Amino acid sequence: MSELLSVQGLETQFRTREGIVHAVNGVSFGLKEGETLGIVGESGCGKSVTVMSMLRLIPSPPGKVSAGKALFQGKDLLKMSDDEIRHIRGSQISMVFQDPMTSFNPVLTIGRQVSEPLEVHMGMNRKQADDRVVEMLTKVGIPNPRDRLNDYPHQFSGGMRQRVMIAMALVCTPQVLIADEPTTALDVTIQAQIVELAKRIRDDLGMAIIWITHDLGVIAGLADRLAVMYGGYIIETAPIRDVYAHPSHPYTLGLLGSLPRMDESGQRRLVSIDGLPPVLLEKPNFCPFAPRCKYVVERCWKENPPLMQISPDHTAACWVNPETGRER
Amino acid sequence: MGKFLLRRMLWLIPVILVVSTITFVLMHAAPGGPWDRDLSARQVDPATQKMLNTYYGLDKPLWRQFTAYLVGDVDSEGKFDCGLICGDLGPSYRQRGLTIQQILFMPPEEKSVIYSRFGYSMRLGIYSLLFAIIIGIPAGVISALKQNTMVDYVSLFIVTIGISVPNFVMAIFLIIIFASTLHMVSIVPRSWDEISVWVLPAVILGFGTMARTARLTRASMLETMRQDYIRTARSKGLSERVVIIRHMIKNSLIPVVTILGPALAGLVTGSFIIETMFGFPGMGRAYVTAIGQRDYSMIMGTTLIYAVLVALANVSVDVVYVFLDPRIRLD
Repeated sequence: MSELLSVQGLETQFRTREGIVHAVNGVSFGLKEGETLGIVGESGCGKSVTVMSMLRLIPSPPGKVSAGKALFQGKDLLKMSDDEIRHIRGSQISMVFQDPMTSFNPVLTIGRQVSEPLEVHMGMNRKQADDRVVEMLTKVGIPNPRDRLNDYPHQFSGGMRQRVMIAMALVCTPQVLIADEPTTALDVTIQAQIVELAKRIRDDLGMAIIWITHDLGVIAGLADRLAVMYGGYIIETAPIRDVYAHPSHPYTLGLLGSLPRMDESGQRRLVSIDGLPPVLLEKPNFCPFAPRCKYVVERCWKENPPLMQISPDHTAACWVNPETGRER
Repeated sequence: MGKFLLRRMLWLIPVILVVSTITFVLMHAAPGGPWDRDLSARQVDPATQKMLNTYYGLDKPLWRQFTAYLVGDVDSEGKFDCGLICGDLGPSYRQRGLTIQQILFMPPEEKSVIYSRFGYSMRLGIYSLLFAIIIGIPAGVISALKQNTMVDYVSLFIVTIGISVPNFVMAIFLIIIFASTLHMVSIVPRSWDEISVWVLPAVILGFGTMARTARLTRASMLETMRQDYIRTARSKGLSERVVIIRHMIKNSLIPVVTILGPALAGLVTGSFIIETMFGFPGMGRAYVTAIGQRDYSMIMGTTLIYAVLVALANVSVDVVYVFLDPRIRLD
């Protein structure tokens, strides 16, 4: 499989009253054709900003992508003209957003909104577009799709709206689907349905997915690889099995420890990670996780660890091996 | 919808009752009466006054005058004379032989109703509203899109003037500039048939509304621009033009359109100062004159028409909302 998308050294900053917030600090990752990459991390760690920066959807000002590349099929998304990136958005790379309640325009019909990418990118007329919309709505499991084209977003339930959102993202058969916490605003049973739907459609259409979440339980059955983010850095990347079997960063370990498990016998207290997420007003010259880390050693306060190779496909940014508790 | 409209129309009855009670009391509490002349002029002699009072029923107790106005009364020949409930606004005390509805709604001979006093005021209101919309909405949209730039500041400056300077002050300034100094328009035009003479009064009358419309549009646009669905629209690859026109403006205009009904009512009813300054043959000037002359039935009738206009404008907002925002249903 060849590399479809390659992000290198991406940095995004926001100017605020308090100073410059370093939301994303040199993030690099790759996405192969048909691959599903999960990006996990707590709120405010830069997951969403990373993908929004890639598609240049950061409100600017105050946001600014200050460094890095985002190569899509060899072309830098960050350098191309506004028109070029517009032709990629919604047709080759499309997004599903977190809150299906607010992500639809309340005064336009569903049919109108879902067909917009078709009109822009495929030049379809209303009739052709409607047929294609009905086909996609059927695929995502909306009953009686043709009757619902003229309905407005408020006439759909949250789960149904998220299905429509997925249909809208996939209507031009993109190569990359970016899902920004698509299940966070939904209740648990609906979450499972949406994940199942994503899997089915991915196997059907064969697109690559970047799935952003803060829920390691949601991502486990879906992603091929995982990137864990903390304080604007990617601090661990690995194939999904490796992350669960050999977490190599104390933060990842903490995330896993805070996850309830069905297969556990006996009782165990869920572990929480003490402390607060870092303030991103300055780039730290130490490990951003050090203040909350129980494996912390002297070196952690002196140097911010880069991503280091741990096994052929596994990198982590930590001076300590949490399995042994000793410095690497 | 029908049920809703019916209910709202029934609400007009208490509104009219309250407005007419207050107007009646204030009117009669004010010193003087319809037969008083200027102190310098020759006064109507007491015998004639007494006769007029009897003729118009002003010798009866106040409560009787009030019920006579609202419901009607039996005249000297025993015939029942129906009042407001039959749509009769009563005879004018100062323009003999004319009823209030004739004074306000009857055009000069062989002309259409738009040449009546009501028609003139309505047209002035509509023109000034058009001015307010055509300038105010684009100004608000552009201000929001260019937030915190020179364009925004200039528009904010003009808008602040529009909101804070009363229209009669602005009228005097503009008359001095455009009529006295530049001689571009005549201060008191001989005829109102030419459209050019409407420009100055319409602009002055509509300026405040224009400013408020621009303000509201700007605020509403800024609110809409931050919405998630605007990000969604961009993520679909729509051009900025389509995002602005289809996704931003339509949503931003919902609150703006809903103030336009009351704004029109406000312009039609709020024009008496401008009408008086320009010698405009409308309802507002007639109203001011009637107050000076204590023409009781004229004051009453015009006030009630104003009240009904404002009430209807508010109903129109609720109806318009249904067409603008699919989430809202009446009933």
